[in-house]
Amino acid sequence: MPTVKTRRAIFSGLISRLTSLTGRGSAGWMTIIGAAIVGVIILLTLLGPWISPYDPRAINVSPPPNPSPPSGNFPLGTNLLGQDMLSRILCGGSIMIQVALLSVLFCFVIGVPIGLLASYTGGALDKVVNLVMDSFYAFPGLVLAIAIAAMMGRGVINMALSIGVVYIPSYYRIVRSQVLTIKELPYAEAARATGARGRTILLRYVLPNILPSIAVVATMNFADAILTAAGLTFVGLGIGIEVPDWGWDLSKGRELLPSGAWWVITFPGVMIVLLALGFTLIGEGLSELLNPRLEK
Amino acid sequence: MTILSPLLEVDSLTVDYQTRRGDIRAVDDVSFTMEKGEMLGLVGESGSGKSTLGLSIMRLVPYPGVIRNGHIKIDGTDITNLAEEKMQSLRGRRITFVFQDPMTSLSPVKKIGDHFTEFILTHEPETGKEEAFERAKCTLSDVGILPERINDYPHQFSGGMRQRIMIALAIVLNPELVIADEPTTALDVIVQAKILDLLKSLRDTYGMARILITHDLSIVLERCDRILVMYAGSLVEYADSRELYANPGHPYTQRLLQSIPNVELTDQRLEAIPGSPPDLLSLPRGCSFFPRCLCAKEKCGLEKPPLVELRPGHFVRCFKENSQP
Repeated sequence: MPTVKTRRAIFSGLISRLTSLTGRGSAGWMTIIGAAIVGVIILLTLLGPWISPYDPRAINVSPPPNPSPPSGNFPLGTNLLGQDMLSRILCGGSIMIQVALLSVLFCFVIGVPIGLLASYTGGALDKVVNLVMDSFYAFPGLVLAIAIAAMMGRGVINMALSIGVVYIPSYYRIVRSQVLTIKELPYAEAARATGARGRTILLRYVLPNILPSIAVVATMNFADAILTAAGLTFVGLGIGIEVPDWGWDLSKGRELLPSGAWWVITFPGVMIVLLALGFTLIGEGLSELLNPRLEK
Repeated sequence: MTILSPLLEVDSLTVDYQTRRGDIRAVDDVSFTMEKGEMLGLVGESGSGKSTLGLSIMRLVPYPGVIRNGHIKIDGTDITNLAEEKMQSLRGRRITFVFQDPMTSLSPVKKIGDHFTEFILTHEPETGKEEAFERAKCTLSDVGILPERINDYPHQFSGGMRQRIMIALAIVLNPELVIADEPTTALDVIVQAKILDLLKSLRDTYGMARILITHDLSIVLERCDRILVMYAGSLVEYADSRELYANPGHPYTQRLLQSIPNVELTDQRLEAIPGSPPDLLSLPRGCSFFPRCLCAKEKCGLEKPPLVELRPGHFVRCFKENSQP
């Protein structure tokens, strides 16, 4: 059990971390704001089932006509099925957040080590991996994701995997181009001249120098994964209608837009944009924070 | 009585770069020895093989280079065919290398102290992190960097300071030999003089041998004990620096000495060596310097001159000296 002293030390360490973040100028603030947006959305999604006024799955909670515009009883209006939009917004983020986090994790864990190893080793291994990655890259992302999702069936993990496969080549390419540059730089050679082994050079010299670039790809990946997840739902390969999902609401709401029902599409759209924005801010901020040359 | 083997012994070393157009002989049959604490100047123009020679001693010849022939011995141990793992423990601990460009020789995302601790712990894992830090601070102050700055990043230092840090990294484990490959080319003259004097003073504090690779004969003349002049991969002259200055044996060395500006003789035109170094893929059949040599005879274009000992310890690869009594 931690003593009071160590607990206090942990606490003061946390405080100094936070103050050092705010002291890092706009990059620090960007990270904090991004993390706040993502944090609030995750919190709302977690608490959704308890704080939403209606059951997000129940249809015809509002009397016809539906969709009805925002009103006192239904602050964000209702959709065609008479479901309460506020409840659906509060509960609908979980699929997207899970898919996005899982797919980025999946890409990172697979794409980065493959890129590091293949391009550092070079030769035949690099050529083969490059060929495979390029052929994946040549497919339109959404089409490939649809094919994989159709093959593997529905489910959060399958969606994350199919999005992940599409994005691995992006990670691989960034990692490869950076490794090829860095392994020829004098500091990598200088490390070799100090007796460092290949593994040390790769993990201690090359990897830290490419992390800022990977952080940028990861953000784009997050934002794109959210949109691809919405796209998969749109073509019916997402999770079923029984689970509230912004992507589903967005794609269904699109059909209602010509009739003037802007609220059905606007609120889930805003949530998706906010979530993507939050991840983008975190990534942009991190890529600057990880680069000591931009330190004030 | 035991005969001490020299610190470094390079014996008829030949290094080739394998290209599609054929092998390029970057180092051709070079032999020399170095004693402990000695400072050797390795002089030659671009492409003369001086950097390749320096890297070969560390067994770091860049791809597609291969050591074709010859031996490199450190303290009597042949390292020419030593296993890579053993070589790794040798590099950095017994021989270190200072690279030409200090601006990119340090990883931009690592603090100076991390470079040191990483390096020290690689070779001496039993050292504590604190102790490694203390040693780094001591070495930094030895090369004229404030020890407090150990937690700064490389971009916070100037070029000259970074080269001092590189030298500190090279000497922190007290190696027997430091090879500095044009350490001052990227720096201006005033910083250059300071860095070179720092390298020279290492013997007094650390007692290590140093090889200074440069294209500038004037900066090694006053600082090095011995000088090795290379031309198109071959060793053309190897002598004590005073001896070389007073009695240059090879026409190339003579012309190099004439092309050093002299501030006292302002009315004299500066001599230059006409022509340019030969293409290493199609070397002249005889002496490599033959096409540019003023004293060339017919024989020079037909066969390669042997290395002859002009005076004790003064070697020259030229027929001109050979024929003299």
